[in-house]
Amino acid sequence: MKFCDFVCKEAIQADLTSVSKETVIREMVGLLVSAGQIADGDRDSIIGAIMKREELGSTGIGRGVAVPHTKHKRLDRLVGTVGVSSEGIDFDSLDGEKVQLLFLLISPEDRPGDHLRALENISRQLRDDTFCRFLKQAKSAEDIQQLLAEADNNQFVS
Amino acid sequence: MTAEKSERSATGEVTVINEQGLHARPAHALMMCASGFQSNVEIVKDGECVDGKSILSLLTLAAARGTRLVIRARGDDAEEAVAALTDLIARGFGEDGGGASDGTK
Repeated sequence: MKFCDFVCKEAIQADLTSVSKETVIREMVGLLVSAGQIADGDRDSIIGAIMKREELGSTGIGRGVAVPHTKHKRLDRLVGTVGVSSEGIDFDSLDGEKVQLLFLLISPEDRPGDHLRALENISRQLRDDTFCRFLKQAKSAEDIQQLLAEADNNQFVS
Repeated sequence: MTAEKSERSATGEVTVINEQGLHARPAHALMMCASGFQSNVEIVKDGECVDGKSILSLLTLAAARGTRLVIRARGDDAEEAVAALTDLIARGFGEDGGGASDGTK
C-alpha cells in the first residue's frame, strides 16, 4: 500500500499548532472532517476512540513518529492524514522523544489487513533517515505531498 | 583460556493467530519481550528477516493473521527468548480473537 492510497491530500498539515497529545489528535481529526473524509457528527467519537487506544500504549513508535489510529464502522475505506510539528509534541513515546511526524489512520472495522499494510508502508519508509528528516523539515503541505509521492516512487527506500 | 564456544542459538516457528495481526500494540509487546533478553532476536517472514527489538522493523512485516513467523535467537538466553516469544505470539498477544484456540473461550 502506498501513501497515495490512504493519505488525504487536502488534510495534510505542515504546521500543526497543537502541543499536547489530545489537542493534536483533535486537530488532525478536524482536518479530515474539513476535507470531507469523515462526518462532523462522528468527530467526537473518533477522537475518543483514538485517545482510548493511546491509553493502551502510546502509538509514538520512536524516531519522532506517532501513528494514532482507530477503527470506525461508518468508513468503507482506510483514510489517513499526515501532520508535522516543528516544536514537537509530548506523546509519551516509547523512546521518550517528542513527536514531530504524525500519521493518523482511521480504518473500517472489518479490514485489519489494510491497516497493517498502511503501517508497513509508514514504518518501511520511515526507516530511511533522509525521508524522515525531510518530512520533519517540510514547510508546506505541498512539500509533504511531494515527499510522499517520491516515497511512493521508491525514491527513498534502497 | 577455554576452548568453549559459548554462543547458543535457538529457532522456533509460530503462527500469528490474533485477528488484527502484528499491528502496533502486538509489535510493541513483541519488542518489549525480545528486549528483555540479552540474545539477538530476529523475526523472519517469508525470508524477510528483521530485528525483533525494533518496533519500526517489526511493523514492516505486516504479518496478518495466519502468517507463519520464524523466531531466531543468538546468545546465552537464546532458548528462553524463543520460548517466550513463540508463546506470546501463539497466545495472540492476549488480544481478542486469540487465546481461544482450545475452544473454551
